[in-house]
Amino acid sequence: MATITSSASLPATRVRASPGERLAPAVFLLPAVLVVLFVSIFPLILSLFLSLSRLRFEAGGLKVQFVALDNYRKLLFGSEQKVLFGTLATPSPIGWVVLAVVALLMLASVYRAIRDARSGRAIAGRVIAAIVLAGLTYLVVASLLAPEGRPGTLVVTMLYVAVGITVQYLLGLGLALLCAQQLPGRRFFRVVFLLPMMITPVGVGYLFRMLADTNKGPLEPLWVALGMQDFAWSNNAWGARIAVMIGDIWQWTPFMFIVLLAAIEGQEVEPVEAAIVDGASNWDIFRHITLPAILPVSTTLILIRMIEAFKIIDLPNILTNGGPGTATETLTLYAYRIWRALDIGGSAAIAYLLLFLVTFFATLYVRTLRGRVSTA
Amino acid sequence: MMKSFFRSTSPFKPSPFRMVVSYLILGAWAFIILFPLYWLFITAFKLPAAVNNGPFYLPFVDFQPSLHAWEYVLGEVGNDTIRLFTNTVGVSLISATLALVIGSGAAYALTRFQFRPKVGTIFVFIGCVLLAIILTVLGAPWALAVAVAIALFVISLLTIARRFERALGNSDIAFWLISQRIMPPVAVVIPIYIVFQQLRLLDTWIALIITYVATNLPIVVWLMRDYFASIPYELEESAQIDGASRFRIFNQIVLPLSVPGLVATFLFVLVFCWNEYLLALFLTNARAQTMPLAVVAQNATRGPQWWYMSVLVLIMIVPVIIMAIALERYIARGLLVGAVKG
Repeated sequence: MATITSSASLPATRVRASPGERLAPAVFLLPAVLVVLFVSIFPLILSLFLSLSRLRFEAGGLKVQFVALDNYRKLLFGSEQKVLFGTLATPSPIGWVVLAVVALLMLASVYRAIRDARSGRAIAGRVIAAIVLAGLTYLVVASLLAPEGRPGTLVVTMLYVAVGITVQYLLGLGLALLCAQQLPGRRFFRVVFLLPMMITPVGVGYLFRMLADTNKGPLEPLWVALGMQDFAWSNNAWGARIAVMIGDIWQWTPFMFIVLLAAIEGQEVEPVEAAIVDGASNWDIFRHITLPAILPVSTTLILIRMIEAFKIIDLPNILTNGGPGTATETLTLYAYRIWRALDIGGSAAIAYLLLFLVTFFATLYVRTLRGRVSTA
Repeated sequence: MMKSFFRSTSPFKPSPFRMVVSYLILGAWAFIILFPLYWLFITAFKLPAAVNNGPFYLPFVDFQPSLHAWEYVLGEVGNDTIRLFTNTVGVSLISATLALVIGSGAAYALTRFQFRPKVGTIFVFIGCVLLAIILTVLGAPWALAVAVAIALFVISLLTIARRFERALGNSDIAFWLISQRIMPPVAVVIPIYIVFQQLRLLDTWIALIITYVATNLPIVVWLMRDYFASIPYELEESAQIDGASRFRIFNQIVLPLSVPGLVATFLFVLVFCWNEYLLALFLTNARAQTMPLAVVAQNATRGPQWWYMSVLVLIMIVPVIIMAIALERYIARGLLVGAVKG
């Protein structure tokens, strides 16, 4: 992980110390480790076990039956496959092109790993990453870039993450650049832009439901002008998805904005001033001074948001209730719905798939960037 | 570098034309942010008819504002609202404080001491947890299973675990702690539910607080670890030579120097706990319910009660927004140091 730098210059602990001093490291660290062990690790293991079993509520309590990988089989190949993967169809020509490009990139990546004579483990890691990524790309292409395809919860979740983070980052960066200028009253913007992040996602969900109402919402004149006053976006798969993405962008652009603004304002002044004296254009200053200065922050920022974004549930749950059908359902919402249907094993299996997915993307992201950023 | 944050002057001095364009864009985004909040605000003063009969924008001009929703939320069901609000405030404040204390302790330890946990110990531990779970599932009382597992853990720690010499370092511990944030809550909420049910702690503050502390510890460790690393060690060394204990150094030197980071992290965690919905939904059902649950509860069978909902959301966001405005400078600075060191 990019945030973990090796702490090489640790001072040696004093040799002759009182018992209290010798126990100090443990006293500082142990509470955190214990809390995480008992509230994260232990449930995680229990959850893995649940995902391998079927639970039934019967008279006299809970009946647990070990079913091995049956829950996963049902998800990946069985009755739930259509929900998770969506309807896969023959991709359109563009879809094929995308698929071919990704496949070539993956082959090139594996080839480079072999050429550079990396260790066997590194090559194996590359191959697995390439296969998973190609598989996910196929899922995306066959459901989104295919005329007859329909994305499942897996693809919808990835879509929210990808679109949400891209737009949030670009918007946040643009606003931060504007706000970093010497403008009277920019503190007002800084405070206002922070607000959405403070509102409970549940509240944001209802708020956007009110706003998006084509009959009673504030945008009604606009809908009428467009001749769409009877358009029920909540019954349209893409309308509903876009509504969820807009809500997410509204809520989380502030996070990107506030940290990027601090990063831009925290950069060295001298190079910028020198560049202005030398007559560099604004674009040149951005490209060669500001961007490199904020790149490390950006990578961490995107990582934080990515980890959080994969877990999105409140907004689609409130805004669209996952519908129409399961068109806006994310993996967390899906797991929650299955849980409410009392299929606890199935729910745990979905949660585990999500965990693998997030871990995969987080690791891939960090690995890919670690080389680039440090050499750049 | 720290000094240069938030200069009153900026090297970017826009030309008048650029200034106008900048104001236009910033103003447009401010409108996008403020308009929904304005709508929320006026909806809280609307009668159901004013909401249902189409969009009305201006109080006193378009519609007659009414306090009916406030009377209902603060009067008729006022006791419930107060309980919900107290729960939210209490749980979030305690959780955020605990997470900050425990997390910054760990973050400090990870930047100042060298840890070498043995791989063998870790595997033995995981094995024992597995054993306890399997025993419980097979029908043994959970207390017995835990006791057996702990006994076995201690025994193997003194015997088998010593054979595995490979050890991990600080960065591995930090990675492990931080990576817990990757875990989707939905993956652990069912076991947590079962555990608290067994301990008869469901629907109590304790259950929520323990869960919130655990889910937010990674954030605290992540941000504070880099903050502490940016504090020069020489100060502490001289204090140490003067005979100050570790705890005194931490309390009197390190913590005062880290106030911006602590404030930002605290606020960040507080907002997460304050707004959390999913875990609260699973772990509470009446007494310990928090505000987000009440907001959702307004989506009754008669359709969403927008006016009550708006009042509740407003009650929820006003304290956080006041805090955010007051501490805005710290937020950016604190979050930035955590992210910069990346």
